[in-house]
Amino acid sequence: MPWGEFKDTAAERRLFQRRAMVMLILVISLLSILIARMYQLQVVEHEIYTTLSDKNRVQVQSVAPPRGLIYDRNGVLLAENRPVFSVTLVPERVGDMGQALAKLGQLLSVSEEDLERFRRRLQERRRPFQALPLRYDLTEQEIARLAVHRHELPGVEVAAELVRYYPHGELTAHALGYVGRINRQELQRIDPVNYAGTNYIGKSGVERFYEKLLHGKVGYQNVETNARGRTLRVLERQNPVPGEDIELHMDLRMQRLAHQLLDGRRGAIVAIEPSTGGLLALASVPGFDANLFVTGIGVEAYRELSHSRDKPLFNRALRGQYPPGSTLKPMLAVAGLDSGATTRDKTIWDPGYFQLKSGGRRWRDWKRSGHGWVDLKAAVAQSCDIYFYEMAVEMGVDTIHTYLSQFGFGEDATLDVSGALSGLLPSRDWKRAVHSQPWYPGDSVNLGIGQGFMLATPLQLATATSVIANRGSWSEPRFLKGVSGDSSVEDVLPQKSHQSITLKNPDTWEFVVEAMAEVMHGAKGTARRVGRGASYRMAGKTGTAQVFSLAEDEEYDAEQIRERLRDHAMFVGFAPVDNPRIAVAVIVENGGSGSGTAAPVARAMFDAWLLDYAENEESVVASGTGAKD
Amino acid sequence: MAASELFDRPENQSLSGPGRRFWSVLHIDPILLFLLLVLVAGGLVVLYSGADQNMALVKGQGIRMGVALIVMLVFAQFDPAVFRRWAPWLYAAGVLALAAVLLFGAGAKGAQRWLALPGLPRFQPSELMKLVVPMMAAWYLSRRFLPPRLRYVAVSLLIVLLPMAMIILQPDLGTSLLVGASGIFVIFFAGMSWKLISAFFGLVSVSAPLMWFFVMQDYQKQRVLTLLDPQSDPLGAGWNIIQSKTAIGSGGVDGKGWLQGTQSHLEFLPESHTDFIVAVLAEEFGFVGMACLLGLYLLIILRCLYIASLAQDSFSRLLAGALTMTFFIYIFVNVGMVSGLLPVVGVPLPLISYGGTSSVTLLAAFGVLMSIHTHRRMISA
Repeated sequence: MPWGEFKDTAAERRLFQRRAMVMLILVISLLSILIARMYQLQVVEHEIYTTLSDKNRVQVQSVAPPRGLIYDRNGVLLAENRPVFSVTLVPERVGDMGQALAKLGQLLSVSEEDLERFRRRLQERRRPFQALPLRYDLTEQEIARLAVHRHELPGVEVAAELVRYYPHGELTAHALGYVGRINRQELQRIDPVNYAGTNYIGKSGVERFYEKLLHGKVGYQNVETNARGRTLRVLERQNPVPGEDIELHMDLRMQRLAHQLLDGRRGAIVAIEPSTGGLLALASVPGFDANLFVTGIGVEAYRELSHSRDKPLFNRALRGQYPPGSTLKPMLAVAGLDSGATTRDKTIWDPGYFQLKSGGRRWRDWKRSGHGWVDLKAAVAQSCDIYFYEMAVEMGVDTIHTYLSQFGFGEDATLDVSGALSGLLPSRDWKRAVHSQPWYPGDSVNLGIGQGFMLATPLQLATATSVIANRGSWSEPRFLKGVSGDSSVEDVLPQKSHQSITLKNPDTWEFVVEAMAEVMHGAKGTARRVGRGASYRMAGKTGTAQVFSLAEDEEYDAEQIRERLRDHAMFVGFAPVDNPRIAVAVIVENGGSGSGTAAPVARAMFDAWLLDYAENEESVVASGTGAKD
Repeated sequence: MAASELFDRPENQSLSGPGRRFWSVLHIDPILLFLLLVLVAGGLVVLYSGADQNMALVKGQGIRMGVALIVMLVFAQFDPAVFRRWAPWLYAAGVLALAAVLLFGAGAKGAQRWLALPGLPRFQPSELMKLVVPMMAAWYLSRRFLPPRLRYVAVSLLIVLLPMAMIILQPDLGTSLLVGASGIFVIFFAGMSWKLISAFFGLVSVSAPLMWFFVMQDYQKQRVLTLLDPQSDPLGAGWNIIQSKTAIGSGGVDGKGWLQGTQSHLEFLPESHTDFIVAVLAEEFGFVGMACLLGLYLLIILRCLYIASLAQDSFSRLLAGALTMTFFIYIFVNVGMVSGLLPVVGVPLPLISYGGTSSVTLLAAFGVLMSIHTHRRMISA
């Protein structure tokens, strides 16, 4: 301050007060702006922000219904749900995905496959803030490790879900099928609303056929979540409707026995309760553990299964199409008698071969020396090919086709068996369409012993056998025995589609059944060794399906043919002869002879069902051996 | 002039008797103290909610506030002449401390703000500068004829800009802004000509693009961009603004109720107990609560400007006016930022946001104001 000058204190003070006034005005106007801003946000736009706030905190979550359980006829659980823990990531919340995955890789064992699948899911379209699973089926230790490191892993959650579990994995895989992750094609097909919370869908077998029934109805809950997406409380909940439990005709003990009987071999057994059409057992061996497929099978494990020479994934019972061979003879016998192509008394001379015209091609009998004079009953009992060659030629393909189609050949006659194949029932039209050739009489000769073009699945053979056991009345094969809840089996099961076979002379049934009984109990029956010592009477027919054709003079020598080229051993039959309780078709691939390999398997099934597992006290044995009224 | 009449009315005429003498001996302004206590108490209530009912945290803040109030009372005991005498030395020490911070300060979140001197508790020199810079500017200008000539304005601008620049380098935009504001207000109150003020604003608007390209850090630029369009990055930088606006807006007229704010309690609102605490208040107490808060702040500012206008010498006047306006800048920047009017700058809501340092500085400033008010010599009435 320069010397000698004095500050004008009053002026400075007035200056300050003017400035302070300006500042006061500034303060008031800026505060007014803030108040106006608050008014804008809190009063004018209040609705918008309330909605935003609710959208923030309230999320609609779908609640997947628990899948219905599957029981066998005795109430044994075949398919259940068990909680499985998986680790999921919400990409929006994770931040640095690479780092998070690396960190998770240290905490858990995350395979290259898991990562691959996760990255694929990351690319696909999805709902925002949807959790993507990285690894399933965490162990207790892994869950604990995740819990410890949770704070370092934003957006990473351990999710529990109910996952299908098959306690008898390999035994039931081919019959029940399995569930698996919903894939892209299935996503197109399903109702997106009802499957909003569901990750699994029936892929095959019963699981697939009764998907609708087993799945149930989705539920919803409005949950309050925090900024990290963690659910804090449920505001409102609409419970899901659980899927319905179903009961199958299957008897797990029979199923297990079937697997044991075929153990180490390849083949199939189908056992039907003739009165109901219920499938008591449906075994295809080797099987596989269906549990592997539920959460997604590894590439390596899948390759091993699918490349195995034994084809464990192949359902031989439903999809194995074999030439039925001699097991077709009982049905052909019915056709021959009813069409008049033969009679009960007609006998022929079997020299060991058959010729359409002298000097022509010779169709051989399995017995090189021939059976001599045989009538129809003996032809069935001893499986005389020559009789059936002649009869087939007499009937012609049209008649054969008409009759065999009534037994369910050439179609999928099942009610609820998903994936069953139709086999092949040849006809004139078929041959012209497929082979552009007319039907030759020689084709009929082959057809007469179930060879040639004819193909049938074990399930079809069991079905046809069951029709014979029922003396012509149809009960289509089915799995479903009971449903929990409101719906009844009739509501759920598809309509029956087959009419009983009415023959001109109903006695024909008894005649053919007796012929089949001769196979088991007759002095010359092909399976007499198997039928020996039974406390009940059984009916059956052995068969041998050629894997490749032998030239007419070639000698069959099982020893020299490589195992895989050996004939398939086959057997169809039912028991007891009167009031049949079980009909069975057995095929043992490359098993050799039907009587030696397949028939004992069927006998074991009969024994188990009729003696060991007899359901009611009025003994089957009594009705089996009882007088034929 | 109406304004001068309003501020001229000597206080000792309206208040008299033993009560006034009591407060005068303690060097406390009871009205300001009352308003501040209401604010601090209300702040703790909001903090309890904003800190998700963490009682330990609220207790800690309560203790800090107690300490800060004691600091305020201690400051009130000094004669303003003491501040004036010490101003240059404090300023020099402050600049040295800022240099020390830049050289070997302790950092958090990529910024170096703390200075840990052996034997002393960790402290932020930049925080102290909010008091020291206006003191220094007031000291310098009060020795000149007011309104000051251009060169004195220039010198005082340098006094302000030097520490401001050092704080920007830490980098701490929020604090440097407040420090700068506190000094600039001194110059404004000193009577810097309106021509200069216009020129100054002109300069600022010209230098803004230069600041953008040469001074501002990426995260600061991002904040400005985010302010302009928060939806451009809804889960990143825009998240804070979107969520705080949602919190405020969803509060409506009368709010969701104490402890009922979903935005803060469900953790959608970040920094809900520090810089964004006003959003908690707005959500839970609504427009009514916000009006009360801003009204309370206005009362405090009115009281402080009144005190300033009664001050007896230029130093006290300039200092009191500048401290008051700095307090207001806190409020405006914080509420403006939380409500999406201003970019996100690390400025707390004064005396409510969780945190000790800024509360101590703020209450110390109120202590200075009380000192100015209660050390008047009874000659000018």
